[in-house]
Amino acid sequence: MNKLSRRKLITGGLATAAGASGLAVAAKLATRYGLIPPDSGVLYGAGETLTYAAQRLLTRHSLAREFAPSHISKSPFANAVYPLGEEFKRLETGAFAEWRLTVDGMAAQPASFSLTQLKGFPWRTQITEIACEEGWSYIAEWKGVPLSHILHAVGTLPQVRYVVYQSFQRDWWDSVDMADALHPQTLLTYGMNGGELPVGFGGPLRMRVPRQLGYKSVKYITRLTLTDSLKGFGKGLGSAAPEAGYAWYAGI
Amino acid sequence: MGILHKVQTTGRTAVAGGETADSPPISVPAPLPGHNGGEIGTNSPKAPVRHSALVRATHWLITVSFLALLVTGAEIVISHPRFYWGETGNVNTPPLFTLRIPASRGTVPTGYGYVLPDQNGWSRYLHFESAWVAVLTGLVYLTFGLLKGHFRRNLLPASSDLSPKALAIAFARHLRFRRPSEEEAWSYNTIQRVTYLLVIFVLFPLVIWTGLAMSPGFTSAIPAAVKVLGGRQTARTLHFFVSGLLVLFLLVHVFMVFLAGFRSRVGAMITGRLTKRMEQT
Repeated sequence: MNKLSRRKLITGGLATAAGASGLAVAAKLATRYGLIPPDSGVLYGAGETLTYAAQRLLTRHSLAREFAPSHISKSPFANAVYPLGEEFKRLETGAFAEWRLTVDGMAAQPASFSLTQLKGFPWRTQITEIACEEGWSYIAEWKGVPLSHILHAVGTLPQVRYVVYQSFQRDWWDSVDMADALHPQTLLTYGMNGGELPVGFGGPLRMRVPRQLGYKSVKYITRLTLTDSLKGFGKGLGSAAPEAGYAWYAGI
Repeated sequence: MGILHKVQTTGRTAVAGGETADSPPISVPAPLPGHNGGEIGTNSPKAPVRHSALVRATHWLITVSFLALLVTGAEIVISHPRFYWGETGNVNTPPLFTLRIPASRGTVPTGYGYVLPDQNGWSRYLHFESAWVAVLTGLVYLTFGLLKGHFRRNLLPASSDLSPKALAIAFARHLRFRRPSEEEAWSYNTIQRVTYLLVIFVLFPLVIWTGLAMSPGFTSAIPAAVKVLGGRQTARTLHFFVSGLLVLFLLVHVFMVFLAGFRSRVGAMITGRLTKRMEQT
């Protein structure tokens, strides 16, 4: 009995020590390879970190499903749009000719683009599904300039790890890691189903991140900021979502 | 039987913390009704163990995570209590069916004049965190259950018990809600075995699969996960139904535990031992 207890104690102690140092090494590796989400410190951060790390290992280069034109939803749902104010109405009346997309932060040549300039860049169309965290979804054809093209155009510095995007709606902003920022399907969209992107669906300019749920596809994009850390933005949790109780990473 | 004993001794090490996880009908004769099984219920290391430490620990971890998944899953459903079939569905498309409950979002037509508080943020966080606990626990249980012969020994029914006649008798006994006899406390009956195997190897894998099939990240890496099911909304609807079957299992399971003797059965799942004293309460 005594012998057994001592043996159990020693093996148990060794196992605990090995487990603890294993966890420490795992945490260090995870930080190094960008597997820790900015909201890892919140109440449910442990589960969130596991989800983000597992999906990043699995999905770094994977492509969201694309569909045939026959699958485009005949009745997409724009979701509720909150009043956008007088300034937005003025811009809309002017066919958004004065809409600007500012790109700043860690860029060699920070820049500001008009919609016309953006439409002059190489574009891509894709038929992808947008799914809301509530459960509903629709499929549409989206047309826009790949975010990676903009990042290339402004000369993204090598230390950049996140792209923060801000909306005309001041309190709604988000960010993506470089796996999504440089992903070929991440588009700054200005067209939908063959026409202009309607205001209800985020026109004149919407970020589309098809490998994540709808709330990462922020509407009315006005500004991109390239950064190596999310600490200085809002409460430092990566986006407005965790400040409202939602996960920063929305791939699940 | 000699082989079984061999497996039990070699597989004894790490997990069960030195206790053997054997089903007593094989290694130790089950105490007969009326026989006061002496050392049973004492802390003697010789006292037979009804449930191994592995089974007990994983049972309660799964219980806690399943209850958390259930509550948070219900909260998530409340934000859009409409279900669809196929790839897409939203308030502009006809639902397959609608739950007649108010919603936590104003955009869903429910017929109720009010909106419930939105709980999706923490519900989604906790749903996935609990899912991790359930899946990792399940993997440990499966791995050691296979290595130590738990499924073969304790859950796989004997083929003779699966004959239509034997099954009919077993069902008839169940339907009379008869309190099981004392020796039954040492082993699972056929219906229990089949039900547990279905829950472990069919319902849990299905609910995990249909859950992952809703993830845009996961399906970008493994599109077949959702294609095979016939679409994301189908996956969501199936996830709801399989969860319903798991809830049905939980209700029947708890009812049967009460029928068999709540303190005895729950005590055995906590301490590992069936006590004579507890058996009488």
